[in-house]
Amino acid sequence: MAVKSTMSNQQKLVQAFCDALGVSSQTVNDELQYNTIREWDSTGHMVLVSELETVFNVMLDTDDIIDMSSVAKAKTILAKYGVSL
Amino acid sequence: MTNPTNLTYCAEFDSLFQHQVFGLPALEKRAALMPVFNALHQHHLACSQTYARLTHGQPLSFRTPDELPYLAVRLFKHYSLSSVPDNEVFRVLQSSGTTSQSPAKVLLDKATSARQSKALVKIMQNFLGKQRLPMLIIDSPSVVKNKALSARAAGIQGMAFFGRQPVYALNEDMSLNSVAIEAFQRQYHAGPVLVFGFTFMVWEYFVRALQIAKQRLSMTNATLIHSGGWKTLVDKQVDNPSFKQKVSEVLGIERVHNFYGMAEQVGTVFVECEHGFLHAPSLAEILIRCPYTLKLQKMGQSGLVQVLSSIPSSYPGYSLLTEDLGRILGEDDCLCGRKGKYFEILGRLPKTELRGCSDTMGAG
Repeated sequence: MAVKSTMSNQQKLVQAFCDALGVSSQTVNDELQYNTIREWDSTGHMVLVSELETVFNVMLDTDDIIDMSSVAKAKTILAKYGVSL
Repeated sequence: MTNPTNLTYCAEFDSLFQHQVFGLPALEKRAALMPVFNALHQHHLACSQTYARLTHGQPLSFRTPDELPYLAVRLFKHYSLSSVPDNEVFRVLQSSGTTSQSPAKVLLDKATSARQSKALVKIMQNFLGKQRLPMLIIDSPSVVKNKALSARAAGIQGMAFFGRQPVYALNEDMSLNSVAIEAFQRQYHAGPVLVFGFTFMVWEYFVRALQIAKQRLSMTNATLIHSGGWKTLVDKQVDNPSFKQKVSEVLGIERVHNFYGMAEQVGTVFVECEHGFLHAPSLAEILIRCPYTLKLQKMGQSGLVQVLSSIPSSYPGYSLLTEDLGRILGEDDCLCGRKGKYFEILGRLPKTELRGCSDTMGAG
């Protein structure tokens, strides 16, 4: 955890998914979709949103939350806020 | 998902969803909605034997919403109605109705559940804006911990999309969590916040509890959203105007929006506007029927509420005759500027008066 500042944004993203959903980093790839694993349900989704906001210091709006249906989509949305991935 | 009736429906729904959620005047709304309802009718005919039996002898398509078949909402308390294979059901929503011992069961697949969230967000954005607000939930945190999804927990989860850093205002025993409430107020007093809860709980465990404790809050930047029905409050002779007055007096909140919606049609909610009227969004329709003949009532006449939602494809509940009484007050001309019908709910039908069930339930 202490090395977070030296992590790339890609690594931070994977770590945020792992921390928020309680899954292993192997599970987190671009194709992973909302509601396809037990851990990423609507409750997990809100924890994830809050984790991404903290890690990347952004504020997501309600459209972003609805659109964030996969890891790939999460990247697109973060890019919109200037997070390069 | 490869089912052709489902594909047609999905295409029609996507096209309806492009429209502004309160932007369609009557004729345009009908033109946008009917292809969706007809597609849902055909989809459920093909995928639900029960629906096919109940609507036996009806045509394949209809011109207007009032021609469409409807099911009594009570059916969902007695049967698990499904239009998808068992392995596609990923969530069962349970609501314990106030008048029934058996909870209603609503079977959701992923697509229906996703549309519910999308619709709720689109409708609520019209009242709250797109930004998420610090959120005070008038409930105890234990309500969402139970994995069997109650309608109450589902309602809170749905609204949680609009909040950030949610704070629960009540303890496990429903007493006021004064520490949490004070901290929330201190932290967010400067900007807009969202307060959400079920009507009865907001009244009993928040407004009344504060009153008894001789406390007043000054949440002038808050918007209160509440739902869940007035039955218990009507018994206490609390109506919407007196509710709002006390909310203003005790909480200091002036922006208050009630919403009406069925657990059987999560997503398409009817939200109260700034002028105190409930509004039908483009994604849903409301009709009023005579409780005795089930014929369509004229505007202004009270009767049984029928709700139609563009969302449910996993269960045949897109057109439901409720046990609520209501009255349509106008269409397209509310002073708030929103298009569509606006209406009020007048209470529930006394149990003994419910007639015509056999008509809606068919011979099956």
